[in-house]
Amino acid sequence: MNDITMGAANLPSASSAAGKPVGQQGKLKAVNLNFYYGAYQALHGITLDVPANRITALIGPSGCGKSTFLRTLNRICETIRNIRMEGEILLDDENVMNVDVTLLRRRVGMVFQKSNPFPKSIFDNVAYGLKVNGFRGRLAEAVEKSLKRAALWEEVKDKLHKSAYALSGGQQQRLCIARALAVDPEVLLLDEPCSALDPIATAKIEDLLFTLKDQCTIVIVTHNMQQAARVADRTGFFLLGKLIEYNTTEIIFKTPTKQETEDYITGRFG
Amino acid sequence: MTLRNRWRKTLSYVMLSLTGVCALVAVCILFLMLGYLVYNGWRSVDWDFFTKLPKSPGETGGGMANAIVGSFQIILLATVIGLPVGFMAGIYLSEFGGKTFAFLVRYMADLLNGVPSIVIGIFAYAVIVIPMHVNSALAGGFALAVMLVPITARSTEQFMSSVPQTLREGALALGASKWKTIATVVVPAAYRGIATGMILGVARIAGETAPLLFTSGNNAYMSSGFTQPTASLPVMIFLRATAPYEDWHRQAWAAGMVLLLLVLLANIAARLILSRGIAVQK
Amino acid sequence: MSAPPPTGARALFLRLRSGDEVARLITLAFASSILLVTVGLVYQLWVTSSLPRHKFGFGFLTSSMWNPVTGQFGALPFIYGTVFTSAIALFISVPLGVGAAIFLAELAPPRISSTFTFFIELLAAVPSVIFGVLAIFTLVPLMRDYVEPFLKKTLGGLPIFSGPVFGFGYLTAGVILAIMTLPFVISISREALLEVPTEQREAALALGATRWESTWQAVVPYARLGIFGSIFLGLARALGETMAVTMVIGNDPSIHASLFAPGYTIAAIIANEFSEATGDLYLQSLVELGLVLFLLTIVINALARLLIIATTRRGSAQP
Repeated sequence: MNDITMGAANLPSASSAAGKPVGQQGKLKAVNLNFYYGAYQALHGITLDVPANRITALIGPSGCGKSTFLRTLNRICETIRNIRMEGEILLDDENVMNVDVTLLRRRVGMVFQKSNPFPKSIFDNVAYGLKVNGFRGRLAEAVEKSLKRAALWEEVKDKLHKSAYALSGGQQQRLCIARALAVDPEVLLLDEPCSALDPIATAKIEDLLFTLKDQCTIVIVTHNMQQAARVADRTGFFLLGKLIEYNTTEIIFKTPTKQETEDYITGRFG
Repeated sequence: MTLRNRWRKTLSYVMLSLTGVCALVAVCILFLMLGYLVYNGWRSVDWDFFTKLPKSPGETGGGMANAIVGSFQIILLATVIGLPVGFMAGIYLSEFGGKTFAFLVRYMADLLNGVPSIVIGIFAYAVIVIPMHVNSALAGGFALAVMLVPITARSTEQFMSSVPQTLREGALALGASKWKTIATVVVPAAYRGIATGMILGVARIAGETAPLLFTSGNNAYMSSGFTQPTASLPVMIFLRATAPYEDWHRQAWAAGMVLLLLVLLANIAARLILSRGIAVQK
Repeated sequence: MSAPPPTGARALFLRLRSGDEVARLITLAFASSILLVTVGLVYQLWVTSSLPRHKFGFGFLTSSMWNPVTGQFGALPFIYGTVFTSAIALFISVPLGVGAAIFLAELAPPRISSTFTFFIELLAAVPSVIFGVLAIFTLVPLMRDYVEPFLKKTLGGLPIFSGPVFGFGYLTAGVILAIMTLPFVISISREALLEVPTEQREAALALGATRWESTWQAVVPYARLGIFGSIFLGLARALGETMAVTMVIGNDPSIHASLFAPGYTIAAIIANEFSEATGDLYLQSLVELGLVLFLLTIVINALARLLIIATTRRGSAQP
């Protein structure tokens, strides 16, 4: 398998839009992405290839732009006014700006930093994505399947109609994962999903990610380097809005090629 | 302790006690008023009050059935027009508003809120009564609706805005369109506050007299439609209380008590709903 | 590599199809109705008062002659009455209200503070006509038989306390207005006081001030913008109050110096005479009075809001 380094030519994917090539590069690609909040440029020329069915981690100090970048991938950045984007983001080689944004977000799901379940029951939370996208099958079965995938079923199966707020922080976050999984996304974006959780809850979610990557491409933003080292196949290091280095996790953490990467890894700043 | 210090301490004690007296007076006023109304009105409220029509001046007895029904008609009209318009405007302000236009709308809404209700009555008179050449429940309902819209719009906006942005993003990230997000996530999350705002708004216009004086006017009988002069409880209270007949005064007390109890109950109910939790629960 | 995003008509079509644009347009239309109504209101007031405006010009505001029979209309007695009664109301409700607010914000334990505040805010929900009924049958006799004779006996030398005592008049109207503006003054002043950081009070106490001194000299000045805002808000309310005032003002369209004398306010005369007005000039003069009242309350309300916004934005700390 080729290693991906920044700036290498992008190999066109051989798959059709519906296919999910295993182990090939380029499920989700950014090409020379510049991003502006008003006059302020938050991202500079990001070019990045996210391989299918792998976990890709984005690390870097606070304010480096990794969350901003993540939020361009499913265009949730558009909820903020006065933003501007240059360059391209491609999902299976199709520009995401050409796709209806609600369809895009069904294929690219997101889990947020602080869990944000709706003020509804556990069942209704998981079912929400299905209902809103016009799901015609058996809702209860689909909900159960999602909760099982998120390793939450056993803990909530007897209280599906209780409020989601009755759950603990870690459970709420797994609920949000179940909610995102319910619509069967091809890509799952996670924005520092464990930053508000204790180590045990964090471990549960990390185990979860391993089981999910077979069916899903995962991109996780984390400020916890150990987490990236534990779970990710590939890691990208962001600094001040630029992608400094992007490679297999092993290379990033053991033999980084850029000085800034090494400084960050060794804790010179953070 | 020096004399000056002792003086300062005494002054402190006296002034602070005075403030307590002020607060006590303020609270007592409410209870005194309520007590007086109930005391004077209780004896006069009977079944006739709710079912009979008023008698001619000088005669005793009779009731205010026409005013009760008339008030109901006028308030119904006002809420049917005012609540949806205000609700939608509030959603616009909170979810869609462009900077300048939303600022303008908010400013005008606050302006309208501050306009004395009698001036709103003049507006309704000019717009509805003059072309129609007659007083009507329609005109009265319109006047009250004009008052209800900005109240509802601002309170809806306030509660919609207080729903955390992350809830919206959660729904959008699942592929919901913006309007679906608003309808299925944001509004349900804010519904307690919105409902409270609506109840308080309706309670407020229910007690308004001035805008009805020359729009819906008065009617000695039941009005048979929305395009005729219509009696209303507040107007009746005003006319009865300012008339020279003792029996009419008695009726003014009774009607005043009924109106006040309804308004206070609505207010207390609304506050209880709100205090039971701002929506982020099932 | 891949197609560029759609532009122009196709983009508009895509947006419309999603329903979001439709939702935005619908809610926009409803929001515009607020603008429409406000503009319509000002327009109607202006247009429906054209006769007296052309006939009297600015003299309308300075003339104290109100005679429907001869067709002479002047606004001065009503402006005077409105301002006079509102001044009386503030004179009573501001010390009472700020005092109560100080107690509720600084001294009362939280339970008492919130219970009292609950009841005081309930007072704000009482309809004006109810205040009027109570005023006619309880306040007027009280004023006529006890308060006003007492004032006249002790202070009768001053013109403001001279003249016959009716019960109906400026003072009674001012008192009922005071009761009606009290909840607003208390509620907003209390919130302004609650926002004062505890460090302010503690700094004064640490220097040896008494509890009262720290409250009056450190806390209250810090919150003064919000307190002024509450006063202006109370004033705005008092200016526009109609029913309660109409029922006790005495309905005399002339100017008197004495508190005991009957008078008239803008809102009261409109309430009393609008339905009976014969002839266009008469009616339109009343409308012009409404326009004057409208402008007056707009200005006061705007000032009130500026003060209250200034409080919350700058934390009311001022050099």
